[in-house]
Amino acid sequence: MTDVPQGTTALPIRIRDLTKRYGSVYALNSVDLDVHSGEFLTLLGPSGSGKTTLLMAIAGFNRPDSGSIRFGQDEVILTPPHKREVGMVFQSYALFPHMNVAENIGFPLKLRGISGAERAMRVEGALETVQLSGFGARNIDQLSGGQRQRVALARAFVFGPRILLMDEPLSALDKKLRERMQIELKHLHRKLGVTTVYVTHDQREALTMSDRIAVINDGELVQLDAPEAIYNCPANAFVADFIGESTMLPLTRDDAGALSFRGQKVGDAGTDQAKDWTLVVRPERLFFAGAGAETDDQAIVLKGVLRESVFQGESEMALVAIDDATEVAVRFGTSGRASPAGGSTGDQVSIGLDRSDVIIIPGGQAV
Amino acid sequence: MNWWSRPAADTQITHGRRLWLYVLSAIIMLLLVAPTLIVVPMSFSDSQYLEFPPSTWSLRWYEEYLGSSKWMRATATSFQVGFLTMLVATPLGIMAAYALFVSRHRATRAIFLLLITPMIVPVILIAIGTFYAYGRVGMNNTIAGLVLAHSALALPIAIIVITAGLRSYDLSQEQVARSLGATRTRAFFLITLPQIRFSVITAALLSFLTSFDEVIIAIFVSGGANATLTKHMFAALRDYIDPTIAAISTIMVILSSALLLLTQFLGSKGKRN
Repeated sequence: MTDVPQGTTALPIRIRDLTKRYGSVYALNSVDLDVHSGEFLTLLGPSGSGKTTLLMAIAGFNRPDSGSIRFGQDEVILTPPHKREVGMVFQSYALFPHMNVAENIGFPLKLRGISGAERAMRVEGALETVQLSGFGARNIDQLSGGQRQRVALARAFVFGPRILLMDEPLSALDKKLRERMQIELKHLHRKLGVTTVYVTHDQREALTMSDRIAVINDGELVQLDAPEAIYNCPANAFVADFIGESTMLPLTRDDAGALSFRGQKVGDAGTDQAKDWTLVVRPERLFFAGAGAETDDQAIVLKGVLRESVFQGESEMALVAIDDATEVAVRFGTSGRASPAGGSTGDQVSIGLDRSDVIIIPGGQAV
Repeated sequence: MNWWSRPAADTQITHGRRLWLYVLSAIIMLLLVAPTLIVVPMSFSDSQYLEFPPSTWSLRWYEEYLGSSKWMRATATSFQVGFLTMLVATPLGIMAAYALFVSRHRATRAIFLLLITPMIVPVILIAIGTFYAYGRVGMNNTIAGLVLAHSALALPIAIIVITAGLRSYDLSQEQVARSLGATRTRAFFLITLPQIRFSVITAALLSFLTSFDEVIIAIFVSGGANATLTKHMFAALRDYIDPTIAAISTIMVILSSALLLLTQFLGSKGKRN
């Protein structure tokens, strides 16, 4: 830990009522968000959702029309980017091609008047942290994509920023390297302890890396929760559909508040008076039940016709038609012990859903 | 296989079938270059008059040019005006190109068109307009007046060249520099400028050439002790034709070609980086 700049203290970020309009379009619509000190928070959303606008507002590169952004106690909404003390990693890495690796990483130190031996020491320390010891004299065009990524990272934290911002930093890497870097970034975050805001449109990446995920859509914060909660208890149809795979089935509500799918009770609306409710079914939570299986206290059983089964390597995906208009996707493992689709295309099959895996969201299934 | 029936490259038709293209290209190039090159032998003539081909040879017209205080003063004026035009047009070109490149304002397109109008409007109109405008403020026959008029001509070229350089530059580098603690100005000078330097140098050389080669505006607004080389050449052609013009033209062709070759060289170097 010799390489971590001393005196680094993570700062919480407190965003209130942040609004940014482009013409009549709201890129950010009254967003409230608290990023805890030292946490790894991911802004997740489809492209054009406003997640990058939000990140750029935190960095100071675009000025919101109204609202407040505080780093700790300090209001920074009017602070120019170079005074925010925020490390930033871009999708394109944005390394300076006219400087070598050490000069790139030393750049923020040079700007702070740190020179000579101390600068060299801190640059080498940062290189060590990202496992690039001895690469200082290399030119940027001599580095692979993964190495460039690490240099960009080292440059972003070498000056001891209290907040680290990353804009889809791994999207230019191939899948294997990306998955390795996800783990490495997570380790690095733990080591540095710096408050990190990470932007991605890749839900898997968000689930892998984050302490908490903020799902953004149409300029609004839709849900803010830990990865498991986002996956298991989506707040609405958008989150359920955007994160993970799902089949949405409409439920009917009776006067007592009981919610059922085709006469089988799956849950309770409680005191909520909403009329429309939807059952979210994750393909991997479904299983093939025996031919005679019926709905009971343990599981809900649906009967249908096997339409198609597609081999996808680590798993197999079956489409079961429970009526002419509704197909339910079932994902099952391809190990020898996993239950097979239970027949060939056109056969009658029963699929079961454990009651503990039931996900019910208010509202229709329209996304 | 002889040259005639050999393909130009592995996947292409033979040289023989492309012969017409080679001939056509040669004719076009000849037509473009011959009028310029014809002055070269004429400049080495020993005759009193412009003569092609020369019957006798000498360097006397080069001596005439180099020994004439009138020609030397005009040459100095041209270099001075060209250099000052470069100093005015290049920074303005950088600023305009950068602003238009970074801005997302609706009016950028209109402003760009406005800035490049000197390239579209016939130069004679600019010359006449400038002449009358300068008449009002007493700027005719001044170095400053000529530099400003030439800068207006050079600015569109500088803007276009530098914009092209900016297009191949990743602006997020400047954002990174700012997030790392550099003011916007500092980030521009430390990060952006070094990377568009080849475009900037090209723009500077072309600005110089625009002024150095320009004759129409110079005829109108330069004069007396501040007349440019091109203006003197034009007057000399009209009043007394002698091969000094050919000697000067030869020198100018060599200088201009050298500068253009330099910009090409810098351009290809810039692309490699």
